[in-house]
Amino acid sequence: MGLALLRRFAMAGLKCVLLEKNADILSGASKGNSALLHTGFDAPPKSIELKCIKAGYAEYLAIRAKLNLPLVESSAIVVAWTEEELSKLPAIVEKAHMNGVADVRVLSQAGLRLKEPNLARAALGCVFVPGEHIVDPWSAPLAYAHQALAHGAAILRGAEVLSGTFAKNEWKLKTAVGEVSARIVINAAGNFGDLVEAIARPSPFAIKPRKGQFVVFDKPAAKLLRAIVLPVPTARTKGVVLFRTAFGNLAIGPTAEDQEEREVATCDETTLNKLKSRAIEMLPSLEGIGVNAIYAGLRPATEHSDYIIEALTYKNWITVAGIRSTGLTACLGIAQHVSELFAKNFEKLPKKPATQIWTPVPNLAEDYIRPYMKGGEIVCHCEFVTREEIDSALKGPLPAGDLGGLKRRTRAMMGRCQGFYCSAHIELISKDRLNGKP
Amino acid sequence: MENHDVIIIGGGPTGLSAAKRLCNLGIKNVIVLERELEAGGVPRHCGHLGFGWQSHKRFWTGPRFAAELRKATSAIDVRIASTVLELGENGIIRVQGKSGISELKAKHILIATGIREAPRSARLVGGARPQGVMNTGALQQHVYLYNNKPFEHPVIVGSEPVSFSALLTCRHLGIRPAAMLEEGSSISAPWPAAIISRLAFGVPVFRQSKLLSIEGRNQVAAVEIERSGRRQRIVCDGVIFTGLWNPEIALMPKGSFLENLGSHAQGRYSAAGNVLAPLKTSGQCWQQGVIAAEEIAMRLA
Repeated sequence: MGLALLRRFAMAGLKCVLLEKNADILSGASKGNSALLHTGFDAPPKSIELKCIKAGYAEYLAIRAKLNLPLVESSAIVVAWTEEELSKLPAIVEKAHMNGVADVRVLSQAGLRLKEPNLARAALGCVFVPGEHIVDPWSAPLAYAHQALAHGAAILRGAEVLSGTFAKNEWKLKTAVGEVSARIVINAAGNFGDLVEAIARPSPFAIKPRKGQFVVFDKPAAKLLRAIVLPVPTARTKGVVLFRTAFGNLAIGPTAEDQEEREVATCDETTLNKLKSRAIEMLPSLEGIGVNAIYAGLRPATEHSDYIIEALTYKNWITVAGIRSTGLTACLGIAQHVSELFAKNFEKLPKKPATQIWTPVPNLAEDYIRPYMKGGEIVCHCEFVTREEIDSALKGPLPAGDLGGLKRRTRAMMGRCQGFYCSAHIELISKDRLNGKP
Repeated sequence: MENHDVIIIGGGPTGLSAAKRLCNLGIKNVIVLERELEAGGVPRHCGHLGFGWQSHKRFWTGPRFAAELRKATSAIDVRIASTVLELGENGIIRVQGKSGISELKAKHILIATGIREAPRSARLVGGARPQGVMNTGALQQHVYLYNNKPFEHPVIVGSEPVSFSALLTCRHLGIRPAAMLEEGSSISAPWPAAIISRLAFGVPVFRQSKLLSIEGRNQVAAVEIERSGRRQRIVCDGVIFTGLWNPEIALMPKGSFLENLGSHAQGRYSAAGNVLAPLKTSGQCWQQGVIAAEEIAMRLA
């Protein structure tokens, strides 16, 4: 979220700095999401969330080619497994149409089987959402970061905000790497949003991180399914989704487990087994295909159902909080919305930004050209990551800050062997070079 | 397109042994494709003794054995940094190398891609995901190839022969494992292993012990285990998952024409060594390579 905001304001010509608590970007709430590009068909009608999802969706499609970001046009299906769920499908279509997603429609059991022949026979019908797609969850925000840097922004990592004072129209923030002053502060602190908010005011919201566990199956699984399979939602959660990834895997998740812990998202064997069985139940040919990865993410849920986005004019402060699972799609839209708030409440943004610089990122998605195809020495054999890709992720304006950051930039060690063959080699290559050290 | 009599995929003990035997049998147009930067396979990073007996009647370390294999095949076209991407039914395979992707053709293709241990994820072990969790294979590379100590007091999961290789690997750099866990009631390795590990290494072996979860933010801090029905926490800074072998069969996925491939060289493809049935010793792999080569030679005759 912070990176989309940084990009927006840097491209508008403002002098911006991003303060990141961790050793690398994308280490918090954005680390473990499901990487889906949402249409907003099931978002709460008239919400800020819906507005931002729609704007974010449109902007992603508009800029993705210039940033070399992938799009896996999968579509989504909301599958009814019981008669009761079947009866709820028309209402889902009605809501989608109300949300302006006009191409959403119900498919019969026969129509569903034609589209997804491998889905279990128990599927009774579905709502078909052609516009839902799959994206690369890390390359997109990384590209936003690079574009922001190219427009003069700065990113300080390991720069946890400890406290701040506001006087004479200026914020002085004390961070782990020294004092930073700014006219205007935007709080996009994710799972720490309420703690950072308390610097400006008693936080009107409390972050209750909602944990989501995922199981990722090996690549042959991705051939069994085209669409993102969503369940009919209940009042509490959107439920567990079965989806392909941009990297050519198939994954199931997330669960929805509220917790107090803000940083560590643990998996547990019982839940992982349940997820795995549920995936096989929905897609029986998955039986026997290996599990490549398990992970858990924390989405910054609050007691409010909508995003909390507001400007405190008396404090030169903008709050962007409670951005849950739709954040990856919505972040570009939220950045638009926040820049409108900014212009309305603080200062006008330059009408026409100066020359736009585009900073394409290396492609990691399976359906597009990858560097190894043009040759090179493959280091990670499961994900076909070349030595050159590793080296370039350790260089440049925003080199990997830690091993996790290197994995997210390259996919190295994220395949079926999880580093059996390459992890020692990659640690050797990256030793003393993380965070841009020569 | 390059045309060969035999292409061998995998430059480990099986593949190199098959290549040598084929040459001796007069089949000269043989190439070996190895995706790593050096042929020799897993023995390259098994720094302890115990290699070479079955094939050479010698008692070598793994790296020495791998070097001997390379020497024995020095006259053969062994291509490193060559990754096979796809196997075609017609004997045409797609290979990635330093200069790009090319197609190669052969009358026969031998798959000798070996095995690897199941990682933590495939075992669905819960908890946090800190640094310091790895398989024996990765540990051996850290220790024997790069002289790197990834932790001081890891827990070893499993008690197969490879688990004791993990112990030996640890000892090489003075890493002192906190414990060795075995889910069953007896040790899986075929020797009085508990005694050996306790006496020789001072490492306690916990039987009927299952790893429940891993703790730690950056580095592993502890593990929770269930030991004879009771929960227990062990402070440690790493976890080594040993054994639980998976064949490296990404090239022959479920449902493909290569599924259930046997060692018999009837069609254009056959397989040999650990990829067929784990876990054979490197010496057994060497012997299987010889047999596979003889079958291929008969088919091509």
